[in-house]
Amino acid sequence: MLFFILKRLAQSVLVMAIVSAVSFSLFNFVGDPVNNMVGQDATREQRIEIRQQLGLDDPILTQYTRFLGNMMRGDFGLSYRIKRPVDELILERLPATLELVFVSAIIALFVGITLGIYTGIRRKSWISRSILSVSLVGVSLPTFIIGIALIYVFAVHLRWLPSSGRSGTIEFGWWKTSLLTVDGWRAIILPAITLSLFQLTLILRLVRAEMLEVMQTDFIKFARARGLSERAINFRHALRNTLVPVITIIGLNIGGLIAFSVITETVFQWPGTGLMFIQAVDFVDVPIMAAYLVFVALLFVLINLIVDILYFIVDPRIRLGE
Amino acid sequence: MQFKKMIAVSIAALMVTGPATAENVLRWTSQGDALTMDPHSQNEGPTIAMNGQIYESLVTRDADLVLQPELAESWEAGPDGWTFKLRQGVKFHDGSDFTAEDVVFSFERANHEASDYKEQAKNVTSVEVIDDHTVKLMTDGPNPILPNQLTSIYMMDKGWAEANNVTAPQDFKAKEETFAVRNANGTGPFTLVSRAPDEMTVLARNPNWWGEGKFPGNIDKIEYRPITNAATRVAALLSGEVDFVLDPPLQDLKRIEGADGLSVKTVAQIRSIFFGMDQGVDKLRTSDVDGNPFKDTRVREAFNLAIDKDAIQRVVMEGLSFPTGMITPPGVLGNTPENDPSYGFDPAKAKALLAEAGYPDGFSIRLDCPNNRYNNDEKICQAAVAMLAKIGVKVNLDAIPKAQHFPKIQNRESDFYMLGWGVPTLDSHYVFSYLLDGEGSWNATGYNNPRVNEITKAITTEIDIEKRTAMIDEAWEQVKADMPYVPIHHQVLAWGIADNVDIQIAADDAFRPRFAVMK
Repeated sequence: MLFFILKRLAQSVLVMAIVSAVSFSLFNFVGDPVNNMVGQDATREQRIEIRQQLGLDDPILTQYTRFLGNMMRGDFGLSYRIKRPVDELILERLPATLELVFVSAIIALFVGITLGIYTGIRRKSWISRSILSVSLVGVSLPTFIIGIALIYVFAVHLRWLPSSGRSGTIEFGWWKTSLLTVDGWRAIILPAITLSLFQLTLILRLVRAEMLEVMQTDFIKFARARGLSERAINFRHALRNTLVPVITIIGLNIGGLIAFSVITETVFQWPGTGLMFIQAVDFVDVPIMAAYLVFVALLFVLINLIVDILYFIVDPRIRLGE
Repeated sequence: MQFKKMIAVSIAALMVTGPATAENVLRWTSQGDALTMDPHSQNEGPTIAMNGQIYESLVTRDADLVLQPELAESWEAGPDGWTFKLRQGVKFHDGSDFTAEDVVFSFERANHEASDYKEQAKNVTSVEVIDDHTVKLMTDGPNPILPNQLTSIYMMDKGWAEANNVTAPQDFKAKEETFAVRNANGTGPFTLVSRAPDEMTVLARNPNWWGEGKFPGNIDKIEYRPITNAATRVAALLSGEVDFVLDPPLQDLKRIEGADGLSVKTVAQIRSIFFGMDQGVDKLRTSDVDGNPFKDTRVREAFNLAIDKDAIQRVVMEGLSFPTGMITPPGVLGNTPENDPSYGFDPAKAKALLAEAGYPDGFSIRLDCPNNRYNNDEKICQAAVAMLAKIGVKVNLDAIPKAQHFPKIQNRESDFYMLGWGVPTLDSHYVFSYLLDGEGSWNATGYNNPRVNEITKAITTEIDIEKRTAMIDEAWEQVKADMPYVPIHHQVLAWGIADNVDIQIAADDAFRPRFAVMK
């Protein structure tokens, strides 16, 4: 067990190193940050000097080793754009992203499973059919369009909810939450729905397919023969057996939610790490981009590590293969 | 039943909007947030605009861009500098007095190596204190336009800066942020209440401001929240969540106009859009011909005649631009009604000129264009590509983000490029020295006319206004004939404003809340 985990850990470190190296070499193609850091009247000499001060003219390998060295010491540098420490900025923005991802995951799970069961059981009703065709919209429309459409319906036309931003925050130490006030919930609803739609559709279709399959199996027929109530059959026996693949998919998709949040956060001006990343790309704010990509890589690696360990515990065949 | 009731109650709670307040709160938005509260650190539009509510300069401009006294009450030119009489009884937000010492300190700070204002501040070689409320700003020889160059050099309190260890702006190698990045202590009409970068910045009226009662503005509190996405920004205005959008996208203006309680104000901006042609290199980098066709004035004229500026205005800009023949707009000293009209549109003559120059079948070239900097920048370039194709010039368009585009111009790697230029000093010298002087840092055209260079130098010290203006006119005549650029148009600014607030639009795109009146 220990050896297995150590092996996985070593692989994870390797993955991190490769991801950070690849992303770092891409920064050369994003443009010249100095152009954004000085006004138009700065002279060419001044620009060259700043490039030298920042070490932007060094070979990419030198820049990368310097970045790695600083990172090991926990020093991610200062943002070129807002001139503040990067680690502090990421910690400051992280709660907003995590809360958004959390709420949308809940929505995706709750609504996705409910509708999945319904369409799985009553698969011929017109309601099921319309749910399925509407759910196609969820997968085929880009997040951006869905977000703007929700804003125009609920903020501009009906004026029920705010169009953008995060409000009603309360601070607990460094964690700023917006889940404890009415204002906060009003603000999070639209972005959370936007972010959840894709996952919701996925879960809905997965649960439905699994339900259809399970309903055909012998043990369900047997349960029916025993005279159990429909309710007991559907929820106690059928649903439980559909949940294993659903949980696997959700685990893998949490990382995806954080990645997708870049677009949702931009549309709704949600002050999380995704919005910060987009603004950093626009400005060529290399320290933020580098730290964010390392952070996301770390997140994916951790999730995969946990999933691997869970498999190890759950599935005896992996243990035997060792 | 109980559960249903609970849901109904919580939904009702969610639908209620915030309570109305008695004070006048102005909520507004634009694309970008101020990058820092340090007044000498970033020479960038939104940063200057935000800091300009908190900090003040000696001289400022009103919404019509006329110079007005701010921290100085009057000024007078001399042969070696300008004498400024400072306003009496001015206090910084922390209560300390504004005196000549603070002026000395602020110019030193703005001239510091890490300052992004040193190009403007360097016009002041030193500051001589005459008494507590009189200073003499020394210049290197006579400087006829010094007050124009001072409008965004903000005054800081020496004592506050020393106490907080921010006597210099944060430099690029810094390992820690300085106190002035998130804290501010100015003399201005508003004080900084709270700031969450990219989220919300709140300013409150400064009751001890020297201008209290002298200006029409009645705003008690300003809530600024940047919204990156253009469609979301417009939605915030349409839904009544903000009272004012500084930069609605041009295609949404009709919708704003059409909405109840909203209107759009437009004004010609101090920014011109044009193409540069590199006549300096011996062989074009991106062309199929040997040599450099742009060395021939006829080719440059052909380019000018081939592009239909009126069509660009009509089709691409939806009427929101002023076609022109100059690279600097009205409002800048040097733009004249005689020189401003465009070269016209005459593709037949353009084709003949190309043939005369030895390119009857045209040639190929790459056009470098930004896609996230100016109004419809990429679309303008696409239109130009189609128009130049009609005279046989095959243009390959390379439209890329500004962070990659501008270095190409800076490093002289482009044959044919789009550039826009604003003029903070409202004087042609700013245009000549950067765009037309042979040594100009943004002059990637290789244009190097001895007489224009000479005039660029001479007008820095010529105090006789009439003589100086005549020289400026002469240089523009020369440029008009030499055609180093293809001027397209002057941009138009559009602000979206709710009817409950009266805001004056200004050609420099800066919001001046001291004049804003809420009804």
